[in-house]
Amino acid sequence: MSRYIEPILAIALAILWVSPLVVAFWAAFHNVSDAINFRLSAPLTLENFRIAWDGAPWLRYFLNTFLLVTLILAGQFFLCTLAGFAFVQTRFAGRDTVFILVLLQLFILPEVLIVENYRVAASLGLLDSLMGIGAPYMASAFGMFLMRQAFKSVPRDLDEAARVEGCSTLGVLWRVYVPAARPTYLAYALVSISTHWNNFLWPLIVTNSESTRPLTVGLSLFAAPENGVDISVISAATIMVIAPLLIGFLIFQRQFVQAFLTAGVK
Amino acid sequence: MTRFSAVAAILAASTALVNPAAAETELTMYYPIAVGGSLTKVVDGIVADFMDENPDITVNAIYAGNYDDTRIKALAALAAGEPAQLAVMFSIDAYDLIEQDLIVPFEELTDDSAWLDSFYPALMANGKVEGQTWGIPFQRSTIVAYYNKDMFREAGLDPEHAPTTWDEMVDMGKALTTDAHYGLMIPSTGYPYWMFQALAIQNGKELMSDDGTTTYFDDPAVVDTLNFWKSLSTEHGIMPEGTVEWGTLRQAFLEGETAMMWHSTGNLTAVKNTAEFDFGVAMLPAQERLGSPTGGGNFYVFKDASAEERIAALKLIQFMTAPEQAAEWSIATGYMGVSPAAYETDALKAYTAEFPPALVARDQLEHAVAEFSTFETARVRDGLNAAIQSTLTGDKAAEEALSEAQAAAERQLRSYK
Amino acid sequence: MAGPRAIQGPAMTDPLKLERRRRAIHGWLLLSPALAMLTVFALYPSVATFWTSLWSRGTRRNPSEFIGLENYRALLEDPTFWKVVWNNLLYAGVTIPASIAIALIMALWANSRIPARSFIRTAYFTPTVLPMIAAGNLWLFFYTPSFGILNKIGALFGAPSVNWLGQPDTALWAICIVTIWKEAGFFMVFYLAALQTIPPDLKEAAEIEGASRWTYLRRIVLPLLMPTTLFIFVNAMINSVKLIDHLFILTKGGPSDSSKLILYYIWENAFAYFDRPAAAAMTIFVLIVLGLLAAFQFLVLERRTHYQ
Repeated sequence: MSRYIEPILAIALAILWVSPLVVAFWAAFHNVSDAINFRLSAPLTLENFRIAWDGAPWLRYFLNTFLLVTLILAGQFFLCTLAGFAFVQTRFAGRDTVFILVLLQLFILPEVLIVENYRVAASLGLLDSLMGIGAPYMASAFGMFLMRQAFKSVPRDLDEAARVEGCSTLGVLWRVYVPAARPTYLAYALVSISTHWNNFLWPLIVTNSESTRPLTVGLSLFAAPENGVDISVISAATIMVIAPLLIGFLIFQRQFVQAFLTAGVK
Repeated sequence: MTRFSAVAAILAASTALVNPAAAETELTMYYPIAVGGSLTKVVDGIVADFMDENPDITVNAIYAGNYDDTRIKALAALAAGEPAQLAVMFSIDAYDLIEQDLIVPFEELTDDSAWLDSFYPALMANGKVEGQTWGIPFQRSTIVAYYNKDMFREAGLDPEHAPTTWDEMVDMGKALTTDAHYGLMIPSTGYPYWMFQALAIQNGKELMSDDGTTTYFDDPAVVDTLNFWKSLSTEHGIMPEGTVEWGTLRQAFLEGETAMMWHSTGNLTAVKNTAEFDFGVAMLPAQERLGSPTGGGNFYVFKDASAEERIAALKLIQFMTAPEQAAEWSIATGYMGVSPAAYETDALKAYTAEFPPALVARDQLEHAVAEFSTFETARVRDGLNAAIQSTLTGDKAAEEALSEAQAAAERQLRSYK
Repeated sequence: MAGPRAIQGPAMTDPLKLERRRRAIHGWLLLSPALAMLTVFALYPSVATFWTSLWSRGTRRNPSEFIGLENYRALLEDPTFWKVVWNNLLYAGVTIPASIAIALIMALWANSRIPARSFIRTAYFTPTVLPMIAAGNLWLFFYTPSFGILNKIGALFGAPSVNWLGQPDTALWAICIVTIWKEAGFFMVFYLAALQTIPPDLKEAAEIEGASRWTYLRRIVLPLLMPTTLFIFVNAMINSVKLIDHLFILTKGGPSDSSKLILYYIWENAFAYFDRPAAAAMTIFVLIVLGLLAAFQFLVLERRTHYQ
């Protein structure tokens, strides 16, 4: 008998873990009084989605978030590829000191520096712009570290061979290292996208208007208690916001998990 | 080089096409929403009407969240040198806005003292500091008592008679409390100090001095007030223990979780539109006296606005607070018409004739006082909020919590005396 | 001085040295865009934060002036600050062990032969891809008094309705649970990967020796997972400072500051009270704590889990 206990517990935990999502789905498709009274036979409705959709410029928010994660990813790829390559292509004076400084930044999070980062963004004229949200995250220590690890595993011979054939430093990077690190790029992309799709505090601080507000900030405004929307409508809006990432995750589950692994295990 | 200037020329030409000769003034206005409903649409509608009448002025109305969010966003924009010429912000932000040297008094914008005098004086109280007018009332409220008449009938009470004194409120509350619902809910998150101020006034004591530099949190009458609030749940059992959520209270009332609730009159239209039962609205009850603080948002004009922008901003404010728009806004929300003239418009006359509860908040104005406001108001207020909540949740005794809040407030206000 | 000699000296003629030199220059060039960004958005703000914390806040009446460590003294006198520090310690003390333990259990299950294994894995991992803000909304439905789901379930068993987010005793715990829910599945992934590297012979050997499953787990698996645990621990520490988004939805730090965490208080000071110097002083405090954590990572853990 006891061999059934563990599977049952495992499944019970799994059900517990998805229950907030399931309940939100259920609430989103029922009117509020059916939802909070758990009338299981109550009719389904799309009304909550209609109300939620009309309640805020979601299309704009989606666009902002999409542009934001793209911008950040492009910036990170560019900066971290160059920096990661710098750390492996040769040993030079000061390299290791710089590397330790970079590692330190793994701990000095942009979130903690909101007070002064805000002033920096203001003085660069970046407030209320996508660049303002994205810039502090672009020179990601984590990304540089990751790319350095990936480039390290490229065989030295390939590098030398390309150089002998007359490739410039950037040529070697582009022809030899970047293609070899493709899986790392994919992993990094998934981690970066899901991080910044979900990021809230810094975008909340930097954005002032609809034209730059990402989904998370829009959702928090929409669902604020002062807005007085009921729990079913909040559920509908929440489902709308998480849907793209959630669907992406369910389809590319293996890649996602693999990505977090590659990115996390150093 | 040449290509660049060619592009510039085309750009210049195209903007010239879009903007005909008339000099265009662009205004950015931040505004909050603190009660339910899709009120952004209403504001957008009024602003659109204004732009139709004034084609030379463009207004970007930016909804920025609740009152705190809006202040944060508007001031952040100013600090960053982004455009913001006017904003609707908490009526009680005046001291801090003046102290930070961000706003201009309306006396500098207009000599039309008749216009400044056209609003209800009680609604001007928070905006008048050091003899000048810094804020013009827009979305203004008092606290009113909403009650479920069906539940009154079930409990054998007269559905046309809401409690008028504290004692009556407790007695009726007991009759109205059943296993299925509570007798009364007074919200204690979001804006607990506001509800508390109402109770304190009713108990005959103000929470702060008129000059915004002194608070009276540890006064015996104030301590008494907080003990009374707490006793509603602990002693009389007519209110849930712990805190009552501001944001979900309307929902709870509509779902029949409580027979009575205290809430902003700004909720009125939303309650009216969704209540599936017969409900009434009444003034808050009295102990020593009747009373409620006013609440809500005022228009402020920022100092950084240029001369033309100030003129345009004033125009916009005059438009949005004019009797017709005030009436439209009041009908759409439940907020008060800000001037007596608003209640003389045909629209509001017809509406209040058909739906008399819409007049309760206004009638209560004669007993209303300025909302709690001091220098360093956000901090002092948060200290008071914490004291209220820790008492209601049984964490601390009222006296202890309030003396701590008083000590903290004195620390914050030391440099302003 | 060094310049001309370098040009005339043997360096010029030695192609190997020349090449190394060229690469060093390229190295710096490659690094420079990233370093510029790091300087602007990490290095400079850190220094500027310290500088700001030494000045008083300027108002119309009292212009800003240099006051040395006065802001730090005020901070130490502020009872809310201590309350918030204590809350954050509790938050870390609860969420870190709990999410690590749950992650480990999840990984063991997800790695064993169990029916519906892929559903279980997916279910455990799903919260990881959701925004914290959305998580806050989802959980709001559970916690809301009177019609929240927890209370509906409680009512079935005759339990009184509890205002989970509205009581100082429960608010922080409610926040912790959301964090654990969000984190455990993420950490599970690392355990899962580590478990898969444990050779199956070890298990067979243990079985032949007659070791119980528990002994095998305790004596073999857990020690082998130690580096992973430490890695997760450091991440969880960082998250206990960083993960505060759900506060904005669920409690806003209330009631009476009982669920307020440091980063939220920093935000409040800087952007709601407009007291940047106070926020800066607190930021320095957090930076010191994170610095110590970094030192721990590099000086203690570095020896075990190798970066190279």
